[in-house]
Amino acid sequence: MSYAVDLQGVRKEYGAVTAIDRLSLQVTPGEVIGLLGHNGAGKTTTIKLLLGMIAATQGEVRVLGQSPRGRGAKGLRMQWGYLPESVSFYEQLTGREVLKYFGRLKRVAPGEQHALLDQLGLSEAADRRVKTYSKGMRQRLGLAQALLGQPRLLLLDEPTVGLDPIATRELYETLDQLRRRGTTVILSSHVLPGIERHIDRVAILRKGALQALGTLDELRHEAGLPFTIRAKGRWQPGAWDSRLNRPGVTGYRVNGSQLEIVSGGESKMDLMRMLLADGGIHDVDVQAPSLESLYVHYNQTGEAGHA
Amino acid sequence: MHEILAVGAKEFRDGMRNRWLLAITVIFALFALGLAYFGAAASGQVGFTSLDTTIVSLASLAIFVIPLIALLLAYDSVVGEAEAGTLLLLLSYPLTRFQLLTGKFVGHAAVLAIATVLGFGVAGLVIGGETGQLLAPELWRALGFFIASAVLLGWVFVAFAYLVSVVASEKPRAAGLALVTWLFFVLVFDLGLLGLLVGAQGAISNDVFPYLLLLNPTDVFRLANLSGFEAAQAYSGLASVGAAQLFRPWLLLLVLVGWTGVTFGIAALLFQRRKP
Repeated sequence: MSYAVDLQGVRKEYGAVTAIDRLSLQVTPGEVIGLLGHNGAGKTTTIKLLLGMIAATQGEVRVLGQSPRGRGAKGLRMQWGYLPESVSFYEQLTGREVLKYFGRLKRVAPGEQHALLDQLGLSEAADRRVKTYSKGMRQRLGLAQALLGQPRLLLLDEPTVGLDPIATRELYETLDQLRRRGTTVILSSHVLPGIERHIDRVAILRKGALQALGTLDELRHEAGLPFTIRAKGRWQPGAWDSRLNRPGVTGYRVNGSQLEIVSGGESKMDLMRMLLADGGIHDVDVQAPSLESLYVHYNQTGEAGHA
Repeated sequence: MHEILAVGAKEFRDGMRNRWLLAITVIFALFALGLAYFGAAASGQVGFTSLDTTIVSLASLAIFVIPLIALLLAYDSVVGEAEAGTLLLLLSYPLTRFQLLTGKFVGHAAVLAIATVLGFGVAGLVIGGETGQLLAPELWRALGFFIASAVLLGWVFVAFAYLVSVVASEKPRAAGLALVTWLFFVLVFDLGLLGLLVGAQGAISNDVFPYLLLLNPTDVFRLANLSGFEAAQAYSGLASVGAAQLFRPWLLLLVLVGWTGVTFGIAALLFQRRKP
């Protein structure tokens, strides 16, 4: 099958600096992939490589089956949408004019621009100048621009930076709509909270190298990070001590009404059965390792690997 | 072509929205009317008098003002978009860098041309009306030639503005470079040439000298407008060194077209190499 994005052993050097090193990454059509990493980890460089703005020093870059710097590049440019990091649109123009300009360049029918303004909740502000827009509105305009021509591939570079929680949620909601429609999305970010539910796979970059790649479940499994289980209820003091003294449980705290267990993933189900069988317990809450802790974990293992 | 026109239309709209078009038109009209009215003050009278004097003094002023306006209009076209992030975005669109720069030129060139024609044209109407020469062909022929050369001079410096904008990594630097470009062509070049002439003590023959003037587009503009006017003798300074008779006026307009083309070409070439 052909990948939406296919990077094979890509290396990019700027003079003596290696920005990207041995990067291999395949994205299947319709997938939403989160490209995570610190500032300077190579996220933007990767996106620029995909857009054909820079050439790889080594390795092969293919986007929608073609080289982004090859002959078919113009056709390719009609099929992708891109939202650069912290872009500020022409302040003197209205939102509608900005979209019209980009729409003309992409040869999109004017009707589609209206629909996009509608879809992103910008119809009311469409005839106001961009300089009056809030950060959230600017970002929605940016997204509208990226969605011109119903792209097959969407590249979003740090779309949530500087957005308030509501604007962030709105952006993710739009993303979910696209996901349902089958658009392939590459989303780079270093703002992790809230992103989990909206992406299929995670690629963690560190110093230009791929540190981890997989679904969140796969990464959790691979990292073996502990789950935290919290239970509330009423029980005799000491009643749980002996029952929790078992392999796979690395720690717990208990008092008369609360129990907190930290355990590896493999004994999670056993513990749950035990807790649920106890009539005194009336609330159980399981916390899988968050994306943040996975991110920190993989960055630390990367650090250790380099040391 | 579609892409070039799309960019051009957007730049033109910017020019309207920023009031550039209006401002340039008004400046040109006021300069022209002011010079026409007070141009004869030296001879002890005010009021609209000689067309020759008016155009010669207009040309002397235009040499300073038009390059400055053109540079201001366009110095941030590339570096400004790079700083805003829209350049990166545009480069992901289905258009080439050459199309982008050409489109910008179309837009800026149109703003300058329309402002020049309107500004000086309105001034021409007023002067014509006041002097009773409204229908006189010589007024419009002289003014028409002046306007055409002014538009071309503006275009040359729009191209220089792109050159500056492509080379500079930051907007303030582009502004500085634009100012240096302006100073060089309106001031330093002529002084340097004079110094060379004096220093060489006749080693540079009078045959070569006029051609050296062609190396400065503002001198080309001066030559084009001062040749053929008697009133020019008092004003023309450097350009009077026998050069005015050497070149036909329309040939000098072509030289300005050449300056525009070559400068724009270099800017486009360097834009191609600029890191996104």
